[in-house]
Amino acid sequence: METLVSAADLEAIILTLRLAAATTLILFVVGTPIAWWLSRTRSRWKAPVGAVVALPLVLPPSVLGFYLLVSMGPKGPVGWLTQSLGLGLLPFTFWGLVVGSVLYSLPFMVQPVQNAFEAIGERPLEAAATLRASPLDRFFTVALPLSLPGFVTAGILTFAHTVGEFGVVLMIGGNIPGVTRVASVQIYDHVEALEYGDAHRLAAILLVFSFLVLLALYAWRPDRGRR
Amino acid sequence: MIYADIRVEWPGFTLDVNERLPARGVTALFGHSGSGKTTLLRCIAGLEHGAVGRLSFNGAIWQDAGTWVPTHRRPIGYVFQEPSLFPHLTVLGNLRYGQRRSRDQDTRNARFSLEHAVELLGIGHLLKRKPAALSGGERQRVGVARALAVSPRLLLMDEPLAALDVARKQEILPYLERLHDDLEIPVLYVSHAPDEVARLADHLMVMDAGRVLASGPLSQILSRLDLPIRLGEDAGVVLDGEVAERDERWHLLRVACCSASLWVRDTGAAIGDHARIRILARDVSITHAPKTGTSILNTLPARVLSLGDDAHPALSLVKLDLAGSPVLARVTRRSAEQLGLTPGLEVWIQIKAVALL
Repeated sequence: METLVSAADLEAIILTLRLAAATTLILFVVGTPIAWWLSRTRSRWKAPVGAVVALPLVLPPSVLGFYLLVSMGPKGPVGWLTQSLGLGLLPFTFWGLVVGSVLYSLPFMVQPVQNAFEAIGERPLEAAATLRASPLDRFFTVALPLSLPGFVTAGILTFAHTVGEFGVVLMIGGNIPGVTRVASVQIYDHVEALEYGDAHRLAAILLVFSFLVLLALYAWRPDRGRR
Repeated sequence: MIYADIRVEWPGFTLDVNERLPARGVTALFGHSGSGKTTLLRCIAGLEHGAVGRLSFNGAIWQDAGTWVPTHRRPIGYVFQEPSLFPHLTVLGNLRYGQRRSRDQDTRNARFSLEHAVELLGIGHLLKRKPAALSGGERQRVGVARALAVSPRLLLMDEPLAALDVARKQEILPYLERLHDDLEIPVLYVSHAPDEVARLADHLMVMDAGRVLASGPLSQILSRLDLPIRLGEDAGVVLDGEVAERDERWHLLRVACCSASLWVRDTGAAIGDHARIRILARDVSITHAPKTGTSILNTLPARVLSLGDDAHPALSLVKLDLAGSPVLARVTRRSAEQLGLTPGLEVWIQIKAVALL
């Protein structure tokens, strides 16, 4: 272990996995209602909300990070809120990174789930309604099971995308070992310090990880036709 | 009694219905596609949220100005045109889905057990399969059984046979006829197929362009001469009677309809069975005197009620009274003139073919 990955690198990898896991779990809870609303609403707010959700796809991470830094800072609205709740300030903390990652990875959760919800159509839900199922009952017993493949895709994409995050972390997390120094930042540090060997090892780990995740995703996809 | 005073307005389509329908037997909602019959059915189920008006069933208000009973609280069963089974559940899982949820609401109405539904639709051997492993006809039978398993007080069926080919239709129709004979619950049956209506309906409501053209007992509506929509080319009537006698030698059955008797081919029905027969207008001819020396089996006295136009200018439809039941005859205008057919005239009708449905 010592020869392959240094203690600092291992710390960074574990932190990265923790961040990605927390982000994915939170996004399952936060993203699902948004996806459901977007898939069912006829409101005129559908397009604006959909566009906001998709923003992180096109926005430079530094822009998102900058706004987060300002709003979570001592003079920002979020910072004021967290301070008055006695939580302190979020920038340069692990949970600050989680907040940033949730926003940054939001479209990777919402869009596959929304597509899955839309693909179900109204008919199975109407059938469930005629079989005495209430709206909440219909959601959990029909909509969720029928969109399970979409949830798997969304979870994998969200997790992998969070692992690959760099810009937002650098803007709001700084570079604190064990707290905010994730693998991508660690690689950056190695390169800055001209430690190319260390950078190579960590970069290769991330490369293989990303490839395996995508391989799993694509190899699993044909099964979606099964249902 | 089902009372529906319902309006739905969409761009290019308006449904405007104010109708009372009997809460017993099978009522067919008949019309072309786009006539609004499916929309009306969805309104009754509470699936059309744009519907305004009043809706009540046996005195219970389902919708009016201040009330909207959501679909899952209406005591209905619904059969969709495509079976719409849940693909992630087995057949049994599909059947239990509604049955479990209906138990606490409709206990006093639980006259319909899951076993009964399974037996009635003949799907006992399919229970462990997933819907994807069923044929189209089997799926629709499961769909019907699933709707029955909630012990509905009103069964709504939206063209349950329309998505099936002829062979599959023939496979399912007998099951639907069993429903008609066995069930005490009223059925609203949407269809554009004349043969289904003739076989299943007791009451007929004809719709066109979002409005009701006519509504009443089947034979009464079928024998009307003024309706723009008849049951296709097959203008004719349906009469209900009882098997009264079997002629073993000639393989014939005598069906008593009102006070008339008609001989039909022996289908194996038992004496005393309810029998539904269909007489097409083109199979009925009219004479002044009872003919002898004819191959036609059924020659009966009747009285002319009225004359009307038929699709072709050479033809006219004659409505006759056969022992209290209306019958239609299709004759040429020339024949009608030569016979001097006028309302009130006593004539004899020869029925070339009588179909026992």
